[in-house]
Amino acid sequence: MANRTKRIATMFAAMMVGTSASLAGGPVDDKLVIDGELEINTRVPAPEGHPFDELISGWHYRTPETRDLEADSFQNPGMLYVERGEEIWNTVDGAAGKSCASCHEDAETFLKGLGASYPKWNEEAGKPFNIELQINQCREQNMQAEPYKFDADDQKALTTYIKHQSLGMPMHVDLSEGEMQDWWEKGKELYYTRTGQLNLACATCHENYNGNYIRADHLSQGNVNGFPTYRLKQSAMVSLHNRFRGCIRDTRAAFPPAFSDDLMALEVYVTWRGTGLDIETPAVRQ
Amino acid sequence: MFKGATQFSLPAAFAGLAILAASAAAAGTVAPDSVPIEDMEMSQSLTGVPGDPLAGREAFADRKKGNCLACHANADLSAQLFHGEVGPVLDGAADRWSEAQLRAIVVNSKDVFGEQTIMPGFYTLKVGINVDEKFAGKTILSAQEVEDVVAYLLTLKEN
Repeated sequence: MANRTKRIATMFAAMMVGTSASLAGGPVDDKLVIDGELEINTRVPAPEGHPFDELISGWHYRTPETRDLEADSFQNPGMLYVERGEEIWNTVDGAAGKSCASCHEDAETFLKGLGASYPKWNEEAGKPFNIELQINQCREQNMQAEPYKFDADDQKALTTYIKHQSLGMPMHVDLSEGEMQDWWEKGKELYYTRTGQLNLACATCHENYNGNYIRADHLSQGNVNGFPTYRLKQSAMVSLHNRFRGCIRDTRAAFPPAFSDDLMALEVYVTWRGTGLDIETPAVRQ
Repeated sequence: MFKGATQFSLPAAFAGLAILAASAAAAGTVAPDSVPIEDMEMSQSLTGVPGDPLAGREAFADRKKGNCLACHANADLSAQLFHGEVGPVLDGAADRWSEAQLRAIVVNSKDVFGEQTIMPGFYTLKVGINVDEKFAGKTILSAQEVEDVVAYLLTLKEN
C-alpha cells in the first residue's frame, strides 16, 4: 500500500512537471552566453515585412539542461563535429592533391562571417548555394574529389566547422544578388503551403502556434541560425535539410530530395525569417 | 423485451438478421466528404453502428490514429504524460458540444472552424499536397473509428 502511494505520488509529481512546463508556455527569459564570454543575440527585432515583431532563437524554447549544454562548449556534443571538421579542412583529398586549406590558406580570416551569409546566389549554377553545395562544388572543381553524399558524416562535420567560424555573428541573406528574390518568393509560397494527410504548413505550427506544446515538444519559431544542430533525440548532428524533410514527413507527405529547388527555396526564405539572429552552430536542441 | 425473446427463440433467424444488419452497416458507410457539414453539425452516423467509447478512448490516445493528446489535454488520460496545448482542453467536452457537432469537428474541423484551423480532418480527403503514398486516398481514421471517438468524447462530462 505504501509502495502504491509512493508510486502514485511519483506519478503525480511527474504530471506536475508536465503540467507546469506546459503552463509556462512561450520562450524563456534567459541569456545565452557561451563559456561565460561570448554573448549571443538570440532575440532581435524582425526585418521589415516580417510577420513577427521579434525573432527568437529556438534556444529559448528548450529546457534549462539543454540550454546549459549549448552554453558550455566543453559539454556541447556538437563541438566534436567542429573538431572533426577542422581536420577535414586541412586534409588533402582528391586527384588534385588539395585540401580546403590549400586554397583558403588563412581559414580564420576567410571563414569568419562566411557561414552567416549563406545561402548565397551562385551564378554558375543559376541557383542559391548553401554551405553543403559550395563544399561539393569545391570538391569537384578544385580538388577533383567526389562530392559528399547528403548527410555523410564528413559533410555534416565540415559544414558545422565552417558555420561555427561565424559563431555570434548575425545571419544575413543577400536577396539583391541574381535571382534570390524569386527564390525567396518561391520559398515563402512553400512555407505557407499545407502538405500531407495531416494538412499542415510550416506556418501552421511555427508562425501560428510557436510557444505552445505539441505533446512534449515546445514549438519554436523554427529559426535556422543553429544548424547544423546537435539533436538530443537523435544523438547526432542534424543538417537543415534533414530537419526540413523530417518536418514534412511528419505531416504524412512525401518529402523532396535534399538540396532540391524546393528545399533550397525554403532555406532562402526561412534563413531570411531569422535575419539578425546570431549563428549558434553547433546549437543543441531536444 | 419481446424482440429479444423472439430472437432468442429463433436463433437461426437472429443470425440471419445479424448478417443483414452487418451488411446494411457496411453498405451504409458514408464515403469521405459525401455528407456535407452544415451549421457546424453532422447528425448522420458514418456507419449506422453505435460508437464504442472504449475503442474510441484507445483510438483517441493512439499516436498512429487520433493522436489527440498531441494537441489536447484530457484529464481522463492523465496517466499518459505531456498533453499538448495547441487545442482546447477536452474535459467536459460533452457539456459544450452535441454529438452532431463533435462528429462534424472530428470529420473535418475546417468545415466547422474555418480553413485556418491547425486541426486535421480525420475523415476527409480534402488534405494537403504531396500526401505520402502510404496514406494517399486514405483518411486518418476509419468511419467506425470516428464514431467510436465521438462516443468516447460524449463521455467527457463535468456537469
